[in-house]
Amino acid sequence: MSMTKIKAAGTALLNQWRFLAGLKYFWPVFLAAGLAFCIAADVYDFVDLYLQLIIIYVGINIILTASLNLINGYMGEFSVGHAGFMAIGAYIASILTVYVFPQNTAGILFPAAILAGGMGAALVGFLVAIPSFKTRGDYLAIVTLAFGMIVKSILENIDAVGGPRGLLGMEKLTTLPWVFFWTALCVWVIRNLVYSNFGRGVLSIREDEIASDLMGVNTRQVKIIAFVVSSFFAGIAGGLFAHALQFINPRMFDILKSTDILIMVYLGGIGSIAGSILGAVIYTVLLEILRPLGVWRMVFMPLMLVLLMIYRPRGIMGMREIRLFTPLRDLVTEKLWRQKKKEASDASP
Amino acid sequence: MPLLKISGLTHRFAGLCAVSDFNLLLQQNELVGIIGPNGAGKTTVFNLMTGVYRASEGSINFQGKELVGLDPHSITRLGIARTFQNIRLFKELSVLDNVRIAHYGQMAYSPAEALLHIGRFRAEERRITSQALDLLAVFHLDESANETAKNLPYGLQRRLEMARALAAEPKLLLLDEPAAGMNPNEIFQLMDFIGWIRRTFSVTILLIEHQMRLVMGICERLVVLDFGATIAEGLPAEIQANPKVLEAYLGEEVAS
Amino acid sequence: MAYLFQQALNALQLGSIYALIALGYTMVYGILTMINFAHGDLFMVGAFFCFLLAVYLKLSFVPTLLLSMLGVACLGVIIERLAYKPLRAAPRVSAIITALGVGLFLENFTLALSPYPKHIPPLLTNTTWAIGSLSISSLQVLVIALSLILMLILDFVVQRTKAGMAMRAISWDKTIVPLMGVPVNKIISLTFAIGTGLGGAAGVMYGLAYPVIDPYMGIMVGWKAFICAVVGGIGNVRGAMIGGFILGAVEILVAAFFPSTYRDFVAFTLLLVLLILRPYGILGKPQPQKV
Repeated sequence: MSMTKIKAAGTALLNQWRFLAGLKYFWPVFLAAGLAFCIAADVYDFVDLYLQLIIIYVGINIILTASLNLINGYMGEFSVGHAGFMAIGAYIASILTVYVFPQNTAGILFPAAILAGGMGAALVGFLVAIPSFKTRGDYLAIVTLAFGMIVKSILENIDAVGGPRGLLGMEKLTTLPWVFFWTALCVWVIRNLVYSNFGRGVLSIREDEIASDLMGVNTRQVKIIAFVVSSFFAGIAGGLFAHALQFINPRMFDILKSTDILIMVYLGGIGSIAGSILGAVIYTVLLEILRPLGVWRMVFMPLMLVLLMIYRPRGIMGMREIRLFTPLRDLVTEKLWRQKKKEASDASP
Repeated sequence: MPLLKISGLTHRFAGLCAVSDFNLLLQQNELVGIIGPNGAGKTTVFNLMTGVYRASEGSINFQGKELVGLDPHSITRLGIARTFQNIRLFKELSVLDNVRIAHYGQMAYSPAEALLHIGRFRAEERRITSQALDLLAVFHLDESANETAKNLPYGLQRRLEMARALAAEPKLLLLDEPAAGMNPNEIFQLMDFIGWIRRTFSVTILLIEHQMRLVMGICERLVVLDFGATIAEGLPAEIQANPKVLEAYLGEEVAS
Repeated sequence: MAYLFQQALNALQLGSIYALIALGYTMVYGILTMINFAHGDLFMVGAFFCFLLAVYLKLSFVPTLLLSMLGVACLGVIIERLAYKPLRAAPRVSAIITALGVGLFLENFTLALSPYPKHIPPLLTNTTWAIGSLSISSLQVLVIALSLILMLILDFVVQRTKAGMAMRAISWDKTIVPLMGVPVNKIISLTFAIGTGLGGAAGVMYGLAYPVIDPYMGIMVGWKAFICAVVGGIGNVRGAMIGGFILGAVEILVAAFFPSTYRDFVAFTLLLVLLILRPYGILGKPQPQKV
């Protein structure tokens, strides 16, 4: 090995370290700046309301996509009932802010309502996880489908929540800062899960469930965690959605909504947080841009999905991750390892 | 006390007896081989021991605990790990993650700590990762730690499977045809390797193999299965001379 | 008594339409192990073909039915060639997503062309026969009889003809059968043609029985037919027929005793319970896991 080559490798390594050091500050800075911007936009109202609404929908869709990706992408199951969890969250949160909370406290108690919606959805997610112990693949898809349909028909049959007409009277409590907060929390928690041994368990179920069980992974525990986390965030998204639109009815959460989320997941890429974000952003924004096309945009979107599946079946980011979403610790391990390996190979001759 | 005591183990698939009245006694630190013609029920014995199938009758006693009826992961946690005849790695995951997953049973942090990356999470992840890396280094797989498992050459995939099984910290290691697809030279290396694993990790090893050279070379004791039943048991030399075994392998006419 | 008989007829009518659609799901699943989620929308397209032929070409019932079936069958084959065939080697989920996409495309394309619900003109004069206190409409009898005839023909094709044998062989083993000289692509196309053609026929009959049609009508009916296929054991042709009649009966029964809004709830709960009790359907067989 020539001297220059070693030098080049050394600088490359050093640059990587600099890059890592830069990464270390990226997230705190980004999150603080983002939150500050959102609060400022909310208070001083310098962002166009229409644009605000679109950003709110992008955030909600990121939560939905990332949470469904946990089941469909990381765990490799096929859930078609995500809108059902969303509905549960939306109804619980709306009932709380409209009927339960005392007058004029809805604004302050809003986070509690959203949280309660998430918890309610998580509880139901726990129940849906149980059939997943034994059924897999197509049959589990049918279970989740039936679940989504059942939620919708139950809501249609409860007159106290408006039946098929739905619920209204929610204040517009879903503001930019709140959406930013919940979106960041969702992405952070799901990233944390994926880069833990529970998350590796989730991945191993996708790869080979029996082998995973035989390597000591408690597959039931892992499935429960995945379903509970996923449905929790779907419920959160539902609560935010209800208080952004200020009106909900059971038909909003039917199979078409679930299909929408599926499209975002598979567009952005399965098994990838960056992909979830990308999918949600592209889909939501594209739908807005194409709005002048009227009905024809809804003809164009599924066509795009079909082409995507044929030419890139795992979506844009399929199973890959942007470094920013990999925990620093994992990157450092990787770097340390490369360095160690290099030392060893230098020492051996 | 024996490490493992299997008595009267029987398993039926749709009326067919895949394993019938199988008995086995394993002492601490033994290296025992199960041999037999294709379809004799060897892998089924492994599947019964690891909880993939539930035995129709009989008992499997491992260090005083009954294994029949337990889930595979509980059995692994008690200290039995295995490899597979046709390699079953987590193909799309990195080599390192393949090994880290096998630490699932010894994880000290709770799901809540994992979701928020708080509490014991950091220290524990560091421990798991460094242990996994050490194990990979021992298996000379460290250079491919970040490689996707499916991209490894065949031989390394086999080695990774063993590393993964050992990461679960087993007391008993089950190897299902470890020499499948290897040439004689590689088999010699594998024989050394298996012996070395037994010494280094002080595990008891039970292996299924067709390669007589390997089985006769390293196993201290052999069990011969045919049509789900034990037809012979003993030292390799005894087995080689046993007419029943010859019959099972070569057919009646040749043996007589 | 007469009331019960009346409801039984209604159940048979609804059940036979479900069964016809369920057959399409099950045949495609049997041969490709893929759920063709666009199938319900092909059923909708069948109803719209019926509308076009009856209103603009003023055709009578028989040519309308045959041409609608043919049209939907062609569409099914084209969809298979363009959208599903490239994905045969891909992960199964990709194929399912594609099918969902194709379904959405059909719905929205139809919606773009026809934003308002359409009314299918009466193609047949509907006479009602009164037997005692019982009234039987000729339309009902026709729908039931026609469905039964189509199902019998299908059963004959699948069980007795060479093509049917090839279909069953492919669904049994996908690696060996092509080596035996079976033209796999042709058989798959044929399966799609028959399955979607039956869906088209169901669309026409549904349009006759419930004349107001809209682009989203295929979603709910399609999912329910899919339930029928699963209940009967997906991949099993006779199971799909049985499943169709079971669901038809259950829905009519529920509607007779409860408010009709409970219908979907009961149908899907039934599905869940059945899946938990018999995860492989009534006529399906469990597949052992291999290690």
